[in-house]
Amino acid sequence: MKLDLLFNTPLVQLLKHYPYVSDFLDSFALSSGGTDVTLDELFGAITADQWENIGLNNDQLRQSLLDYVAGMGAIHQDFAKVERLTVVGGFDKDGGAENCEIELIPGQVTCIVGATGSGKSRLLADIEWVAQGDTPTGRHILINGQVPDAQWRFSIEHKLVAQLSQNMNFVMDLTVAEFVRMHAESRFVPDVDDKIEQIIAQANDLAGEVFSVDTPITALSGGQSRALMIADTAILSKSPIVLIDEIENAGIDRKKALDLLVKEEKIVLMATHDPILALMGQRRLVIKNGGVAKIITTSAAERANLTQLEILDRQLMALRQRIRSGETLEKL
Amino acid sequence: MQLVTVSGPPSSGKTAVILQAIAALQQQKRKIGVIKFDCLLSDDDQLYAKRGIPVRKGLSGALCPDHYFVSNIEACVEWGKSQQLDMLISESAGLCNRCSPHIKEVAAVCVIDNLSGIGTPKKIGPMLKGADIVVITKGDIVSQAEREVFASRVRQVNPQAVILNVNGITGQGAFELSTLLTDAAQVVSLKGSALRFSMPAALCSYCLGETRIGEEHQMGNVRKIDLEQGQCQQRCPKSVQGLEVTP
Repeated sequence: MKLDLLFNTPLVQLLKHYPYVSDFLDSFALSSGGTDVTLDELFGAITADQWENIGLNNDQLRQSLLDYVAGMGAIHQDFAKVERLTVVGGFDKDGGAENCEIELIPGQVTCIVGATGSGKSRLLADIEWVAQGDTPTGRHILINGQVPDAQWRFSIEHKLVAQLSQNMNFVMDLTVAEFVRMHAESRFVPDVDDKIEQIIAQANDLAGEVFSVDTPITALSGGQSRALMIADTAILSKSPIVLIDEIENAGIDRKKALDLLVKEEKIVLMATHDPILALMGQRRLVIKNGGVAKIITTSAAERANLTQLEILDRQLMALRQRIRSGETLEKL
Repeated sequence: MQLVTVSGPPSSGKTAVILQAIAALQQQKRKIGVIKFDCLLSDDDQLYAKRGIPVRKGLSGALCPDHYFVSNIEACVEWGKSQQLDMLISESAGLCNRCSPHIKEVAAVCVIDNLSGIGTPKKIGPMLKGADIVVITKGDIVSQAEREVFASRVRQVNPQAVILNVNGITGQGAFELSTLLTDAAQVVSLKGSALRFSMPAALCSYCLGETRIGEEHQMGNVRKIDLEQGQCQQRCPKSVQGLEVTP
């Protein structure tokens, strides 16, 4: 359907083509109840008082709707798949050249280490903003070897980076199923029920302590919340890059969590100083004084030590379990 | 001089966002000043002054803060020019969600926070719906999913705007915001300029100091709840002595 027909097509037909127009009308409290009226008629019948409440005038509202429909059209049009993201080095805080080109590919885990204030956040921000030498570091970001479309910067639907911050709380007053459904619907994902089931199964697998679809999200434990956030981001979020700010050891299987993200073909960037997590990555970027100072590839010796660390970790977890179930630790 | 109007509900993080954006703009050696509009009491001007940012504060007191804003913004622009600012940022709190401070051809920013709830975007009027840039704050306290849903609800009511996440505490996103502000239009004077949308109307006996409750004390622009329908639609203008009231 052509956009200029938008306003003189009966709603019943219009909504068949653009079902999301009803969301738009809804958010301006315009009832889309009548089925054979057109938007011209609907907008024409708005009283002066209603316009006051809408907060836009007729021209602005029409323009808004056109922009909305155009924007929604862009959701379904897939951006080029990110097969490779390149960070071309810029400068550190003293103007020293970084002299590096870092390739990130889906399914890879790259850790970012460095002291507070060293510039870890700036590196991540450069990636999210697809910097083109126009940020304080002068870095350039390439997607699939090319200078990317500027749309990546502002698109809400096609955000380059999804973030799992340290936060472990939800603030919405919804059950788990309602929450995942709302997220899925906002992304216009088909087979919503399937996705809900899949996400909750994954989250329960990560968390250990099982929760149901009817649990309010605000009642989830820290580990359960984290597990749900990770499963939801892995499966529903469209962003090709996932940035993780430390995964605490709080009742969640961290190895499985990373595996899930990797399996969903995400580029995983993880800011962490946890030795086990750091060794799970293929590489570590060491950030100093605002620049990438060193790139360490996880060596075979480190990998061997990872096994040792995991044994220690399991022992510590077993002790936690004993404390939880009321035992003493007089004998380890 | 460039002019930017920043508005947003109380406690959404306007001051923190502006401070972070100014820090980024100052890197480019630009001289930025702020006009802080508030209602009863505000110490925020000191936050600006402490960083050496030229600032003036205006308190609307018993007046509608929006009306106070529009009656003063022209003079504020003159002040900004006298200070030889490169950019003047006005900060005003949208106390009733119906505030409408944005001016035609002047860069308009609305700051709104993730914690306000996903129903909030559609409850906010021209301040959000007519903004060029919508800054969403407090993203670090909610989940990725909540951020995505909130942003999509904002886009539903303002599809034209550039929507940006900024963290007022860490400054994440502030540099990016500053690059958008750099494109703000130059303003020579606001003489002859117009608001993008009319401001909240109020002209009734209570505006003039009436305190008594009861139909017989209500005059002017008075609206009644339709308790049958559960909706407020009807406006019953009565004439106020000596004042012309247009509905």
